[in-house]
Parts: sequence; structure tokens; C-alpha cells
Amino acid sequence: MDVVIVGAGEVGTAIAANLASDHDVVVVDLDQDLTDELTYDLDVLSIAGDGTTLPTLRAAMVPEADMFIACTDDDRTNLVACGTAKTLGDPFTIARTKRTDYLRVWEHDESAYGADFVVCTDLLTAENIVRVIGLPAAIDVDPFAGGLVQMAEFDVTEESPVAGRTVMEADRFEALTFAGIFRDEELILARGDSLIRAGDRVVVIGSPESVQSFATDVAPETTPDHADEIVIVGGSETGYHTARLLEERSLHPRLIEQDGDRARFLAENLPHTLVMAHDATDTEFLVREHVDDADVVVAALATDERNLLVSVLAKRLGVDRVIAVVDSADYVTLFEEIGINVAINPRLVTAEEITRFSHESIAENISVLENDRAEVVEIELAADSPLVDRPIQEITAELEARVVIGAITRNRTHVTPRGDTVLRSGDHVVAFVESSFVNELTALSSAT
Amino acid sequence: MYGNTRIRVDWRASAELMGVVLIYFAVPLSFPLLLAVYFEEPLTPFLVAIGVTLALGAGLRRLGDPEENLGPREAFLAVALIWLLVAVVGAVPFVVAGAGTIAHPVNALFESMSGLTTTGATVLVDFSVHDRSIMMWRQLIQWLGGLGILILATAVLSELGVGGAQLMESETRTRNVNKLTPHIAETARLIWGLYVGLTLLAAVVFFVLGLAFDPRMGPYNALAHAFTSVATAGFSPEPLSAGAFHPVLQWAIVPFMILGSTSFILLYVFINGEPRRLLRNEEFRFYVGGLGIFAALVALVLFVTGEQGGAIEPTIRHAVFNVTSIVTTTGYASTDFNLWSPAATYLLFLAMFTGGMVGSTTCSIKSLRWLVALKSLRRELFTSVHPEAVRPVRVSGSPVAEDTIRDVYAYLLLGIVIFVGLAVFVAVDAARVGMDLSAFEAMGAAASTFLNIGPAFGEAGPYGTYAAFPMSTRSVMIVLMWVGRIEMIPVLVLFTRTFWTS
Repeated sequence: MDVVIVGAGEVGTAIAANLASDHDVVVVDLDQDLTDELTYDLDVLSIAGDGTTLPTLRAAMVPEADMFIACTDDDRTNLVACGTAKTLGDPFTIARTKRTDYLRVWEHDESAYGADFVVCTDLLTAENIVRVIGLPAAIDVDPFAGGLVQMAEFDVTEESPVAGRTVMEADRFEALTFAGIFRDEELILARGDSLIRAGDRVVVIGSPESVQSFATDVAPETTPDHADEIVIVGGSETGYHTARLLEERSLHPRLIEQDGDRARFLAENLPHTLVMAHDATDTEFLVREHVDDADVVVAALATDERNLLVSVLAKRLGVDRVIAVVDSADYVTLFEEIGINVAINPRLVTAEEITRFSHESIAENISVLENDRAEVVEIELAADSPLVDRPIQEITAELEARVVIGAITRNRTHVTPRGDTVLRSGDHVVAFVESSFVNELTALSSAT
Repeated sequence: MYGNTRIRVDWRASAELMGVVLIYFAVPLSFPLLLAVYFEEPLTPFLVAIGVTLALGAGLRRLGDPEENLGPREAFLAVALIWLLVAVVGAVPFVVAGAGTIAHPVNALFESMSGLTTTGATVLVDFSVHDRSIMMWRQLIQWLGGLGILILATAVLSELGVGGAQLMESETRTRNVNKLTPHIAETARLIWGLYVGLTLLAAVVFFVLGLAFDPRMGPYNALAHAFTSVATAGFSPEPLSAGAFHPVLQWAIVPFMILGSTSFILLYVFINGEPRRLLRNEEFRFYVGGLGIFAALVALVLFVTGEQGGAIEPTIRHAVFNVTSIVTTTGYASTDFNLWSPAATYLLFLAMFTGGMVGSTTCSIKSLRWLVALKSLRRELFTSVHPEAVRPVRVSGSPVAEDTIRDVYAYLLLGIVIFVGLAVFVAVDAARVGMDLSAFEAMGAAASTFLNIGPAFGEAGPYGTYAAFPMSTRSVMIVLMWVGRIEMIPVLVLFTRTFWTS
């Protein structure tokens, strides 16, 4: 696949490094020094120039490219670059943004900015944090359909209340679908009467809320609930979205933000979060507010130094789990070495998310499970797709392969797939499918 | 330098506006004039009043300057003086007609101010000596004052434009008039349209029910009571108020008082296909809930004391009707609640301080202010445990700005201070002239006039009159009805030095 990456910062470099071995990668950046350096480090072609102009993009062979990734540090540059790329050809375009407002515009109308996918760094980081907090029992979690759908894989242990039940008994959730069960070397597609045994790995697909609820069923010990005390330190965009997503999962976090006006803004927009305006490095305050009893502390302040200070402080006070946002990729291991449980780097998270789209030959959102035994793939149905206007039971009966439709999103709302659900043009379908059949399935998203 | 004494209010802008409004005031004055022609009653009271309003209006316009800018101060000045001047002109027909107690100028102004501010406190002693056109003028002036004269002015005078929003904000003490449409005049017209529609509906309902149940509710009374029920005002041409009519008609008046005390913006949204927004609105639920609790408590007291002989329907009816009348600041009475046991009258006294929703025709404190105050007090308790917590007070899910909360506290405090001051004055003034007045009656009369409700207890009870109070008390009440109706600030601010000079 031919891939063009605009922006040779940490994100662009990380993506290029991930893709260089299997794909033909061209990297564009304004900074001549950066592009020169990159040519020595990675097996890619690098071009110095402005990624929002036609001559540069022509030189980068955008007209022939299959994928175009704009991931500079500037939101507007990325959006304009995608729009420009679309005038030259028809690559799958991905824009990275920091502000969620641009993402919301794109969600409102996916033709906006000429972007086929928009990745919002702060939101993605928050989603990652929430996954780490909310689903510690999951082996693998990936978001689909812009976060509306989640795929999660869980180990079923001896102690799990789900062990020994059938799928029908375990599935108490409206917006959740049991996709598959891995047992020893075997892949079992989940049916109502399939029995879940200890030692199995189950894959579920559904709304983040229902996956969260299911996690409580599978691993009640480790999954947080109302009683768990979650403290977020720092009301940055990441901190804000983390609190918001936790609220959506019916958890009530506390958020400490030093700036009074920002704290007021956060409190107004987070009705179920207790916002406190104070310096989070004040030990006396932390003890008075019983932060030392917290189950999880998230350090999401503006600088790595302050996050390090808060994390160390929280650990010393005796907090069980500390998650820190680390802006500089170099410090991630440092944080983890001194005992911080999870260090999350927003740029690496973004790079990983974008890389997911460039699996093998197709530009789609894909999760690979269990050494490529099965995959979860998201496809958007075009109007001329042979799947459109037909009920699911008819489609699955006809297909030769082993596939389970796990979730559908229609106009950005979640539709739980049932046998008689009729697929429509524009639907995003998230399906669990045996790896050998992935290409065949994605080919069905449109007539060509 | 003479900078300190220079007047910094463009009063000419206010004068121009006052002149225009007074000239327009001739239009409603011609309605009782036509009625007088129809009933073959003297025309002079209204002709004189029309002459006065036109002359006064023209004079003010001559002083005024339409080029001057109508800012917040000019709006305050205009709002305060328009309410005063309209009340003065409204009193003219009573004086010229020369019948009964209201022939005296102070009494005439009391009646007119009580009418315009939708108080409903009367100094009439004998209802039968007055012409029907005069009695209808009493009703009409309440209807005009019900929704606010300045909203009406904004609706009619589209040239007011931005100034209109300024005026409505000064009149209703809201920070942002909830615009339904981009043009403020159109919003004002929609609200007034709704008001007119509700009034017509009330008139038709009363008339039809009158045909079926009560011949006294003819077209005249149906219109008269439609005017003052939707306006939550309370005057009635009948000396026994709503008590003069069949129980079915009393029940029929209740929903119109409640509609009049509901936010008109919300009613508009309700009619236009979003009925759930009304039920989701926290102020509405708080208001209706409070009303229900007061009514239930009073009904319970009436049952226990056996006021209505223990009969179920009359007990519930009188409890619901009179509580609704007091809470909505209407001031009708279905029976002389003055004669009820102290437990019931104290409850009614307490109910005087509630008021209806913001953006309705009611007066008093209003439910939104109580809701905000109670919620912020609850927050106070929370933050005493967690001093660093940032907790916005939310109403219907939306956060309330901190300076709005401060405004609410200031308003409550100011209201209570003025009420206590007035109560003490009423009691002292009564003692001065040797009038027999209990402390409770003094407080009742003070609350009822200042909060624009109407009837109180004792001498000023629902079937009584304020004529027994000394002239000085009545004069002070006139001022405080005026101050209370436009929510204190526009009038009080005129008496500060800063308003005029800095």
C-alpha cells in the first residue's frame, strides 16, 4: 500500500516506523532537518515542503497513494492537508486533531474536511485512560465507530460468575453481542446455547457502557463500580474527557483543578463529577480529602514534571493504581520504572490508532485477535453494497464464512443487531470474523 | 469643576419613550368609553382621561429627544416613571366620575395603582354606586398591567428594537430576556398574542359555563373575570369576588390563574409542540409542587377544624381556590377566609411570599428565586465539608451564574427588609390614629400590598377594604405597590446618587 504521512513529529515518525517494513511510505514535513534525519533512521522517502500545497503533495505522489495521514501538531494544517489530498486523488485520508470540536463537526457530517477518519488526540488518550481504569480485566479492548462501539476480550477465570453459564444466560445487556469464544485451539462462534467455561476467552462487541457492565459480571473483583474512588488530577482536555467518559459509564470521579475559572467550567459541564479547585501537590489537602484512600489516581496535568510529582506523591500516600499522562515518549519507561502503574503517551496512542487503519492491504479499522485467528472489522456500507436493505439472518445464512455482526451504528446511534435487523446504506457494521474471510467481507461494503 | 453635579442620565430619551407610551394609552381608555356609550353612562370620565394622557404624552415628547440613546439607566427611569404615570392617568376616570370612596384623589390613585400592579387591594366600600363602565375600567387596567406595560410597548413600538430588550429586562429583572425570535418586538408580540388568546379562552369558558350554571356570569362578568384571572390580578365587579358564583365557575377560574402564573415563554414552547419541556422544567415542578402542598395543608386544616361543616367538595374547593389565588398573587376569594382558624390563615400568609414563575403575570418573590436560594443554601452545607469543591447550582440541569445567585440573595433580603419596614409602619400608623389592628393583620396588609396580592386579613380581608387604613398608610402602600410590581430595583435605583451623577 502507498502511504503518505504529513508531519514528521513524534506521531508521524512513530506511524512511519510501524508501517515502513510492509508499505511504501512517503513522509512530508516543513522542516528540512527533520526529513533528512528521518531518511537515515527509517526506510522511507522523505520530502521537505508544505503538506497543504499541491506541488508538495504531487511530489509525494499523493495521486497514486492509497492512504494519506495528516498528523502535524496543528489541527488546521491537518484538516486542510486532507482536503487538499482529496483534490488530487482518492486516498483514505486520516486527520489528527487536538480539539474535539473539529471531531464533532466531522461526526456530524463525515464528508467534512475531506477526511475519511479523524483522530482526536486528547479524546483518544482519555478513552485509553478510561479503558485502563474501567476494564482492567480485559485482555484486549479496541474502539470502533468513533468510540460508539467497543470490542473487548476477557479471560474467564474459575472464580468468574459467568463460568458455567450459557451465552443466553450471561447476555443480560441490551446493547451487547457475544461474538466468539476461544477455547484451547478452537474458535467457537457464540450461539444462545453455547456454554462458557472457565479458561475460555470471550469476545464481546457493544456500546462502551454495556461492555463496562459485562466486565462487572465477568470480573466483579477487579472492575470498578460506584464505591470505587477515582481521582483525576488536572483539568486539561484529557482530564475533562476522562471524567466525562467515566460519567457515561456511571462512575463518579473527582477532579482536582487548580485554576478557578477552569474548575468552574469543568463543574458546569460535568454534573456527576465532584470538581475541587486546589493545588494537587498540597499533601495536607490530599489527605484531608482522603485522596490517599483512592483506588485510582490519574495524573493529567499540563507538564510531565508536575505529573511525575503528583504520581509519586499519590504512590507515597498509598494509592493502589496511578495512571499518568506522559507527553514525552522518552519518559514513558522512566515513569513505569519508578512504580507508576500505567504511563500513557498521547502521541504513541494516536500513532497506534492510525496504524490500525493500515492493516495489510485494506484501509479499514481492524482489531486482530489471538494471533490472527479472528479479526474484528468495521465496514461502512455504500448504497450499492449487496448487503444493503437485507435482514441480517438472510445475509449470515448465505455467507460461507464464520461471521458474527456485533454492532451497527446508524447516524451515530447504536443499533443492536438482531436476526431481523435490516442493514441500510451508510451503516457502520462492526463484525467478528475469521481471519481468512476478512477480505471477502470488506469487499461486500460496496459493489466494486 | 462641576463634574460632580452633572446629570449623567439621558433623561430626554426616557421622556420621549414615556410620551409615546402615554399617547398610546388613549387606545385602551377608549374601550370603557365605548362601553359607556353602550350602557348610556356618562362619557366625561374617559374623555377627560384621554385628554389628560394625550396632553401629558405630547408634553413629554416635546421635552424628549428621540435621538438620545436608551441605555440601562434611561430604561430604569422610563420603566419606573411609566408605571407611575399610567397609574396616575388611570385614576383620572375615578376622580371625574366622582362616585363613592374613589372620588378622593388618593383613593383613586390607590385603586388605580392597585389595579395596574395587579395587586387587587381595593378601597371601594359600596360596589353598587359605580357605573359599569368604571367597574370595567378597573378590570381592564389590571389586564394591561398583568403581563407588563413595557412588554406591550415593545410589541407595539417595533422601532424600539434593541431598546425593547433593555426595557423588558429592566421591567422583569431578568438578565437575558429569553428571545423566541431574532426580533425582540416579535417575541413580545408572540407573548402578548398568547396572553390575549388565553384571556379570550377564559372569557368563552366562563360565559358558556355561566349559561349552564349561573346567570350572574353574563358576557360582562365573563370578560371582567377573564381579564383579572389570566392577569392574576384579582379585582372583581362583584363585592363577594368569586364567592358570588356557582362552584363550577370557581373551579373553572383555578386553571386560568395557574396558567397566568406559568412562564409565558414555557407556555409558548408547550403549545408549539414541545410539551415535555414544561414537565422537565424544574421551576415549574417546584412551583406546582409547592402550590399543591400548600393547598393540601390548608384543606387538611379546614377538615380538622370543620370550617365547611366537614363537607368534602367545598373544603377542597375553598382550600384549592384560595391558596391558588394567594400563591398566584391573584387575590380572588371564594369565601371569606378571614373567618378561618389561625392555622389556615397563617398558612395563607406564608403562601403570600411564594409567587408564581418568572416570566409570568405574577408578582411576589417568585418560585425561581426560592429554588435558586434553597439550592445554593444546600450547596453551602456541602462546601462547608469540602471547602475546595466547585459546585455550580443547577436549575433544570443548567448551571446558574454566581452573580445571579448573589442577585437572588440581595433581592430576598431587600424584599424582607422592605416588608418588615412596611409592616411596622402600618402598625404604628394605625396606633397613631387609634385604629384597632393586630400585629398579624398589619403584617398581612403589608405583605399583601407590597407583594401585589390584594386581600389580607382583618379589616383588609377578602370581603373588606383598605379604606379603613389612615390616609398616610394608604399613600405609602401606593408607593410600595409600585416598587413591588417592578421588582424594586428600577424604582430604588432612582433614589441613589450614583444613578444620576457618576
